[in-house]
Amino acid sequence: MLIKRAQAGDIRSSEITSETVFHERRQILKAMGIGAVALGTPVVAGATSGERQLYTTQAPLSGPAWLQNKLNTLTPGQYSTREPATPFEYVSTYNNFYEFGTGKTDPADNSQNFVTDPWKVEVTGEAELTGTYNLEDIVNPYALEERVYRLRCVEAWSMVVPWVGFSLANLLKRFKPNSNAKYVRFETLHDPEQMPAQGSRFAAIDYPYVEGLRIDEAMNELAFLAVGVYGNAMPNQNGAPIRLVVPWKYGFKSIKSIVKIEFTKRRPKTTWEISNSREYGFYANVNPDVDHPRWSQARERRLPTSIFNQNYVETLKFNGYAPLVAHLYKDMDLRKQY
Amino acid sequence: MFKLLTFLLCLLPLEYSIYQVYQLQTDGANVLGADPAKALVLLQGEWAIRFLLLTLLVTPVRRLTGWHQAQKIRRMLGLFTFAYASIHLLAYLFLLLELDFRNLGADILKRPYITIGFTAYLLLVPLALTSNSFAIRLLRNRWALLHRLVYGVAILVVVHVTWLAKSSYSEAIAYGVIVTVLLLSRVFKDKFALFQEALKRRV
Repeated sequence: MLIKRAQAGDIRSSEITSETVFHERRQILKAMGIGAVALGTPVVAGATSGERQLYTTQAPLSGPAWLQNKLNTLTPGQYSTREPATPFEYVSTYNNFYEFGTGKTDPADNSQNFVTDPWKVEVTGEAELTGTYNLEDIVNPYALEERVYRLRCVEAWSMVVPWVGFSLANLLKRFKPNSNAKYVRFETLHDPEQMPAQGSRFAAIDYPYVEGLRIDEAMNELAFLAVGVYGNAMPNQNGAPIRLVVPWKYGFKSIKSIVKIEFTKRRPKTTWEISNSREYGFYANVNPDVDHPRWSQARERRLPTSIFNQNYVETLKFNGYAPLVAHLYKDMDLRKQY
Repeated sequence: MFKLLTFLLCLLPLEYSIYQVYQLQTDGANVLGADPAKALVLLQGEWAIRFLLLTLLVTPVRRLTGWHQAQKIRRMLGLFTFAYASIHLLAYLFLLLELDFRNLGADILKRPYITIGFTAYLLLVPLALTSNSFAIRLLRNRWALLHRLVYGVAILVVVHVTWLAKSSYSEAIAYGVIVTVLLLSRVFKDKFALFQEALKRRV
């Protein structure tokens, strides 16, 4: 029998938004006379029950009709942190998405005409069912849930993002991976016409962007496929229309704008590992004890910062998700397999 | 007039940053983004590099074009390099490090680009201090020798920019190419002069 004991760093049930409040949030927004875009207007999720503020706004509506329909039945997922979410304004303007440029505001500036509907995802490799699917067919079987996760960038800043999506494990099981499927490899769209930096002569990384997880990591309950943020569709700069979210790993593992999912026997070569394997490992688990060769990972700056306050917080092992994922690495030397 | 105009132009980036901070503090448009202090530190650093490159450009331009007016603003450009580098360093210490000097040691050890940047700054100090007629008279021949330190600063700056990039080296490559050209123009200045002589003779 499995007995779940509360451990340090566990997500307490008190941290999770009560479902009634969650379902009423659109009514709460409406009652306050707030439309889709109301930047900077504080909306207290569950104001009536005196809970802490989660959102300041919702993302603007931008998804296809089928997605908007599904968003109407969005439910709060487990594992959400009660830490205040980074305002949408910053979540959507401070991005690393090198396909659109290396500056933090480049993705927001250069991705506005990025076409994400229609969108196809190819599922291939060591599985019984493979093929190319419309995004709607990929997402359709699953109820959308919201998960408010910490996002820790390898550059030592962090955010708290309310993602909308579904469990990666649920999707992967659907294709019945066989016993050779030891890893899952993900690929971002390669389209230099739409993603200007992919065609750059001085591109620092190889395209298409590739990421990967060990199959047990991919099947972990925290691994998430996001199709939106802040209760609505995903902004292009955040990895529309579908992206990975693995909150216990550095942000670069959470690959954006996925077009291919492949079950593989061998560990895939991932983009940052190829670019510089001494600095960026395959596992890339958040770990304050293992520094990047050129900077410390002991603490992070929680965004948004202000000019006179850098908002430093101590970095937690596995980004604070150790109780749910540490067992995946129990026999590994995390200094060597970083 | 030419010098005054240059002076006012050189102040523009600083004024712009002050305006951005003013906007932020008075709840205007947040042009500095989610990480304003870092954006400020980076911007001031970029301007320090641009002024350094401009300073190094004066002599080759003068040699190439015979435009001797350019020489008049070299000292000013050099001092603006020092000014922007100082703001960059102070903004790092006050805003990013929050004057938490326990972490400075760790930062210097773990972030070699900070060590390199700091070294480059220290090398600029004697140059700024001797950028006056009195020092030139006092040091005589040694002045020119001392001010060759600026070539070392330029190389360190390229290393600084290369090491702080996560992966995208396009900026570092651009600076590297410019610095290389500017330094080579000095190495081959005799050839340069011969080339110009030849041109003149032909005319």
